[in-house]
Amino acid sequence: MKLFFTALLLCIGLTGHAKVAPNTSADPVLEARMMVIAEELRCLVCQNETIAASHADLAVDLKNQIRIKLTEGQSQKQILDFMVQRYGDFVLYRPPLKTSTVLLWAGPFALLAIAVMILVLNVRRRRLAALPVVLSDADAAKARALLATPP
Amino acid sequence: MNGTTVKRFLPLGIFVVLVGFLAIGLTLNPREVPSPLINKPVPPFKLAVLSAPDKTIAAQDMLGKVWLLNVWASWCVACRIEHPHLVDLAKTNQVPIYGLNYKDKSAAAIAWLANFGNPYTASLVDADGLVGIDLGVYGVPETFVVDKQGVIRYKQIGPVTPEVLRDTILPLVKKLSAG
Repeated sequence: MKLFFTALLLCIGLTGHAKVAPNTSADPVLEARMMVIAEELRCLVCQNETIAASHADLAVDLKNQIRIKLTEGQSQKQILDFMVQRYGDFVLYRPPLKTSTVLLWAGPFALLAIAVMILVLNVRRRRLAALPVVLSDADAAKARALLATPP
Repeated sequence: MNGTTVKRFLPLGIFVVLVGFLAIGLTLNPREVPSPLINKPVPPFKLAVLSAPDKTIAAQDMLGKVWLLNVWASWCVACRIEHPHLVDLAKTNQVPIYGLNYKDKSAAAIAWLANFGNPYTASLVDADGLVGIDLGVYGVPETFVVDKQGVIRYKQIGPVTPEVLRDTILPLVKKLSAG
């Protein structure tokens, strides 16, 4: 047990000092452009983080790649294409519209449409139910006769 | 089935569908991202050999044979799990295994191989991880099957297990070698 906690503490120690934003280039304009692109990219090592937010080794490397490519004069699109060629659409936080991603893009709207339809149907039904009941002459006569008869 | 029965079982139906989706989701491994490199040529590389740093091997040197490219590092814990299986595979001489020593220190890598055995025909030194990026490596170990034309035909993310070797990689190697 003691050994387990020691190991745990060691692990925490290991994650604790995991690289403090290295390789920040001197040029703030380049850095800002790099971050804009890095915000669009998923870090595949820690999948719910962007490359911009991640300090994983790979994310640091990829940020360096973006810096290099920006200084080479590549556009944002060229750099994103470079990443997609290697890591697939999954690397993009905004995946392109394709047959395999149609559900992803259209799904929420389809669900919204269904919900609105159900709402409209329900409202209409309630409105119909709330309409004043009109008695036919025959029914009125029957009711009067029933009320008139002594119990 | 009348309206009230439908209404009564609708929530249950939705629940069942939801559970179905979640159950499928549980069987998927989010770490296995389909590689866009399958059926694409191996990205060009020219790297020094770990055991003989003055020698280099390039992608085109490998044309004409089926080979495995195993991405490994001495700092990679999961590599130790798969390593004995690679050593066993190398003994059978069915397919040459080339290592990509990814973001590692060569001295540590050589010591690691001395310690755990060396299944590699050669290990290539990718100290800065640039070839790793070209290969879309994000979770070491990774293993690629490359055909005679230098096209990547399969990618294993994470440790190679005896089951994967038996059921997927070796049958594929056999098929590609025959073709």
